[in-house]
Amino acid sequence: MGSYHPTGLALRCRLFILFPMLMYGDHQFPGKLFIVEGIDGSGKSTQLSLLQQWLKREGYMVFFSEWNSSPLVKETTSRGKRKQMLTPTTFSLLHATDLADRIERHIIPPLKAGAIVLADRYIYTAFARDTVRGVSPRWVRELYNTAVKPTIAFYFRVPLDVSLKRILSARAGLKYYEAGMDLGLSDDIEESFKVFQGMIREKYEEMVDEFSLKVIDATRSIEEQQNEVRAIVERELRDVPKRPITNYDFRED
Amino acid sequence: MCPNARSPITISARTEPSLENRSNNHQFEFYGEGLPDVDLQELCGRLIVIEGPDGVGRSTQVAMLKPWLESNGHAVLDTGMTRSALAGKGIKRAKAGITLGPISLSLFYATDFADRIENEMIPALRAGFIVLTDRYIYSLIARAIVRGLDPRWIKSVYGLALKPDAVFYMRTNVTELIPRVLTSPTGFDYWESGMDIHLGDDLFDSFVQYQTRMLSVFDSMIEEYGFGVIDATQPIEVIYRNLQRRIGRLLRENF
Repeated sequence: MGSYHPTGLALRCRLFILFPMLMYGDHQFPGKLFIVEGIDGSGKSTQLSLLQQWLKREGYMVFFSEWNSSPLVKETTSRGKRKQMLTPTTFSLLHATDLADRIERHIIPPLKAGAIVLADRYIYTAFARDTVRGVSPRWVRELYNTAVKPTIAFYFRVPLDVSLKRILSARAGLKYYEAGMDLGLSDDIEESFKVFQGMIREKYEEMVDEFSLKVIDATRSIEEQQNEVRAIVERELRDVPKRPITNYDFRED
Repeated sequence: MCPNARSPITISARTEPSLENRSNNHQFEFYGEGLPDVDLQELCGRLIVIEGPDGVGRSTQVAMLKPWLESNGHAVLDTGMTRSALAGKGIKRAKAGITLGPISLSLFYATDFADRIENEMIPALRAGFIVLTDRYIYSLIARAIVRGLDPRWIKSVYGLALKPDAVFYMRTNVTELIPRVLTSPTGFDYWESGMDIHLGDDLFDSFVQYQTRMLSVFDSMIEEYGFGVIDATQPIEVIYRNLQRRIGRLLRENF
């Protein structure tokens, strides 16, 4: 916490318990956070749910955190989407609000209890999507500066034509924002989606080094990918408890 | 490029400003990274902010200043916080049920602010309006800081905001605020008393603690953001004349 504003010790402690303002990389919890990223159709969700099944079978406490799950923000997001009143900036801020809520509510408490938290998409989705929409890369990174740094961030790398084939055959209809129609890339929704996905893929590629994303070759079989993911995760589980931690002495300063 | 302001504002007992004194190279800047797709050269209006704590009388002054500016030939957009079409409703509900933590609530406020600046203020500035806003980012920054968030973080979030042409900070003290709260129909408000951060045992204790902290954060921003300080312990009429004088000067020199 910054010492910008003179607050009494009592308040400091109280606020600290209520809410620790920690920055990316500062968080120290007994639990682990594994997240998956990749363009639509990369198979990341399948891999994550297979990982979840395995961790459960191994007896770990597993908590699955979904993207866009806060009811209140969801309502605002849906209103904005329905009326197409979202700008790149408000779109970005709404997702940041949602993720902050998710972190405060669903990620930090299980991590403190020593659980393994799994998240389908995380801050990198926002970095990729928002910067494609023209939001400043620096600003959007600042916005998410309070997020917990994942133990491992997997990036499922797949060529665009492979993912498009998977997604466009399976999907009934594309939605306006999902297809990036707000960017005016094309009047044809499918064409817009293709161009948009390609742009997002480029952003992911640029982030691999910046955030040390663990690249998984998502053109291989589901089983091969899952074996690799499990091997990587297993190395991080040495100190992970199988029963809740209740007396964890949480970062004193 | 902006056209020159042709219809001069006339303020009683003042001489007509000469055209030479008018600056043609007024240009807005952002505090930080700014907003995408905004051409700052297109923003021909002026942005004037009235800031200050809860209950200091900001909206009273805005309500008086607007018709005055309009009678002088300026088109005015008056706007306030937590009223955006996008997030206003959600924020009201969030506050009613206290369902968001401090970081997410701060970001929700920022969403609301971004919606208002992009969809109300910037279009009005583009059209050459004077935007007169009751509160701006400073209240939002102060609330976040008082709730223990990192000042650098919240300031970088508001790097999307335009630097106003003037910020008038209506400065007062807690002792002055209390009678105003008591005469308001709602009395002590949960949020204006900072009850979410448990500073005192009841609304009154908490109000005093919370507003004291808010005032000290506002004071710490005076220099950093170049606030024009208005002594808000004075009568409404005196404050109004003070604001008129300062806004009048600003528009003469800079329009």
